[in-house]
Amino acid sequence: MKILVCVSKTPDTTSKVAFTDGNTKFDEAGVQWIINPYDEWYSLVRAIELKEKDASVAIHLVTVGGADTEPIIRKALALGGDEAIRVNSDSTDSYYIAAQIAEIAKQGGYDLIFTGKETLDYNGSSIGGMVAELVDAPYISLATKFDLEGTTATVTREIEGGEEVAEVALPVVVSCQKGVAEQRIPNMRGIMAARTKPLKVVEPVAADALTTVVGFELPPAKAGVKLVDAENVEELVRLLHEEAKAI
Amino acid sequence: MSVLIFIDHADGHVKKSSLEALTYGAKVAAQLGTAAEGLLLGTVTEDIAALGKYGVSKIHQVANDTLNHLDTQVYAAAIAEAVTATGATVVIFSHTPTGKAVAARVSAKLKAGLVTGACALPDTSNGFVVKKGVFSGKAFANVSIQTPVKIISLNPNSYMTVAGEGTATVAPLAITVGTAKIKVTAVNKVSGDVPLTEADIVVSGGRGLKGPENWGILLDLAKVLGAATACSRPVGDAHWRPHHEHVGQTGVQVAPNLYIAVGISGAIQHLAGVNRSKIIVVINKDPEAPFFKAADYGIVGDAFEVLPKLTEAIKKMKASA
Ligand SMILES: Cc1cc2nc3c(=O)[nH]c(=O)nc-3n(C[C@H](O)[C@H](O)[C@H](O)COP(=O)(O)OP(=O)(O)OC[C@H]3O[C@@H](n4cnc5c(N)ncnc54)[C@H](O)[C@@H]3O)c2cc1C
Repeated sequence: MKILVCVSKTPDTTSKVAFTDGNTKFDEAGVQWIINPYDEWYSLVRAIELKEKDASVAIHLVTVGGADTEPIIRKALALGGDEAIRVNSDSTDSYYIAAQIAEIAKQGGYDLIFTGKETLDYNGSSIGGMVAELVDAPYISLATKFDLEGTTATVTREIEGGEEVAEVALPVVVSCQKGVAEQRIPNMRGIMAARTKPLKVVEPVAADALTTVVGFELPPAKAGVKLVDAENVEELVRLLHEEAKAI
Repeated sequence: MSVLIFIDHADGHVKKSSLEALTYGAKVAAQLGTAAEGLLLGTVTEDIAALGKYGVSKIHQVANDTLNHLDTQVYAAAIAEAVTATGATVVIFSHTPTGKAVAARVSAKLKAGLVTGACALPDTSNGFVVKKGVFSGKAFANVSIQTPVKIISLNPNSYMTVAGEGTATVAPLAITVGTAKIKVTAVNKVSGDVPLTEADIVVSGGRGLKGPENWGILLDLAKVLGAATACSRPVGDAHWRPHHEHVGQTGVQVAPNLYIAVGISGAIQHLAGVNRSKIIVVINKDPEAPFFKAADYGIVGDAFEVLPKLTEAIKKMKASA
C-alpha cells in the first residue's frame, strides 16, 4: 500500500499580504512559510494514522517548488512519511503543477493520493481534480472522513448543505479538509529522523502552463465601523434595513 | 463559439448558485457577442425552459438518471464531450463542492485554462482576464487564460441573479455516460436549515457565548432573519457546534450579504473566511476587539443582553414592514 501526499508551502496565516514589482509579485519580505494546513493537518496526519495501523503502508510526499520549500518538506517528514520528492519548479499554474504530480504518481504506482482541499495562498481547489483526471482515477473532494478497508475507501465528503458518504475501490485521489484527522505537533524523535529521510529532487517534465497571473489587487479599505449604542438596538435594525438594505 | 453554463441541481431543483452562474454566463456571452447555453446533467422536476429568463437561449440536457449522483469522472467525461459537441469556448461552473471538483477535471481533460473562485466578469478587452480572490480573501489576482477554451468557476454570492423574460429551448444531448466508480451510500442533509455557503445572511458565534447551552439566543436571531448559522474555529473544535459550521481560513469561506459576528474576536484567520461579506456587523463586549476594524456596524455590549433585544427589534420591524 503506497500513499502519495501532496504538500505545498504557503505564507503563515498571520502574514501581511502585500505586493511588489507593480503589484505583480507577492512580497515575501519577512514572510514565514508553513506547510499548507490542509495538507499538514488533514491529509498527512491521516496518512500517518493509516501507517500506524498497518506498518506496510509507505508514505511519500511530493511538492512542486524551488529549493526554498525544503524546510517545510523536512517538517512534514518530521511529522511522518518515509520519503519526499521535490519537483524543482516555481510554477504557479495549477495544470502545470498537476501534470508534474501526475507524472510522479504514474511512476510510483500509488494506491491513494491525498491533497489538501486548497492552498491558503491561491485558493485554487483544483490540483486534486486535475491530478485525478491525468492519472484517470476517481476523485473525491472535500473529504471530512476517510476510512480504508482492504482496497475499498469509504469517504464522507462535503456537499452543499450537508454530507454524503461514498465508497470507491483504490486507486483514488482524495482532497482532505477538517474532520479527516487532527493536527499533530512533530516530536524530537521525528525531527531527528527527518534529517536523514530521503528527499529526492527531480526536474519537471514538459507541460504547458494554461494561465498566468497578470497582477494582484488589495481590497478597498472599509470606511470604518458605525457604532450603535447597546441600549438602542432599534437603531442598528433601522440602519441595516434602510441604509445597508441588508435585512 | 458559445458560453456553456453547467447547471447543478439537488433534490430535483436547480441550485441558487447555478442561477447566479446562468446570469453571469449570459453576461459573458453578451460581452463576447455570442450565445449563452446551459448544460444539465440528469433530471429535475422543475420546468427548465423557464431558466431562459436568466439569459440562456438553449439548454442541453443529458436526461440520464445515473447523473443525479456525482461521480467526477463520469461528469467530466460527459461535460468535455458536451463542450466539444456544442462548440463552446467558455465554460462556467459555480465554485461549489460539485463545481470545484468537476471544473478541475474538465480543465485537465480539455487542457483548457481554469480560474476558480471568480468574483467579477472577465476583462475581454485585451485577452481574457478573470479576477479571483486569493490569500483567503485578503487580496485579488487577475489571471489571464491563454487557451482556446476557457473555464471559470464563479464564487457563490458574488454575482447577483437577474431574472428577465424569455424561455430557453431544451435540447436532448446524446452523449456517452460512463459507469460510476463511486457509489454513494448515504446522503445527510442538514434539513430545514439554510446551507451556509448559499445563505444571504449568516449569524455566527464565537467563544464569547461561553458554551453550547447558550446558543439558543443566536439561533433565535438566525431564525427571524432566515439566516444560516456559523461559528469560529475554537467553537467547532470544542464541538459546541457541528464542525461544518466553522468558518475561516481553515473552515468554510462565506460571502453573504450580511454577516453578524457575536462574541468573536476577529482573528486574522477568522476574517479570512468572512471578509468577502458585503456588510459585517460585530457584537462584542470588548471595544478593542480587532473585528470592529473589519466591521460596517457594531455594538459594544454583552451578547446575552443585546441578542434577545435585537431579535425582538427585528421581529417588530418585520411585522410593521
Ligand atoms: C493556522 C491557523 C488557522 C486558523 N483558522 C481559523 C479559522 O478558520 N477560523 C477561525 O475562526 N479561527 C481560526 N484560527 C483561530 C483564530 O486564530 C482564533 O483563535 C479564533 O478565531 C478565536 O475564536 P473566537 O473569536 O471565537 O474566540 P476568542 O478569540 O476567545 O474571542 C472571544 C470574543 O468574545 C468576546 N466576548 C466574551 N464574552 C462576551 C459577551 N458576553 N458578549 C459579547 N462578546 C463577548 C471577547 O471580547 C472576545 O473578543 C486559526 C488559527 C491558526 C493558527
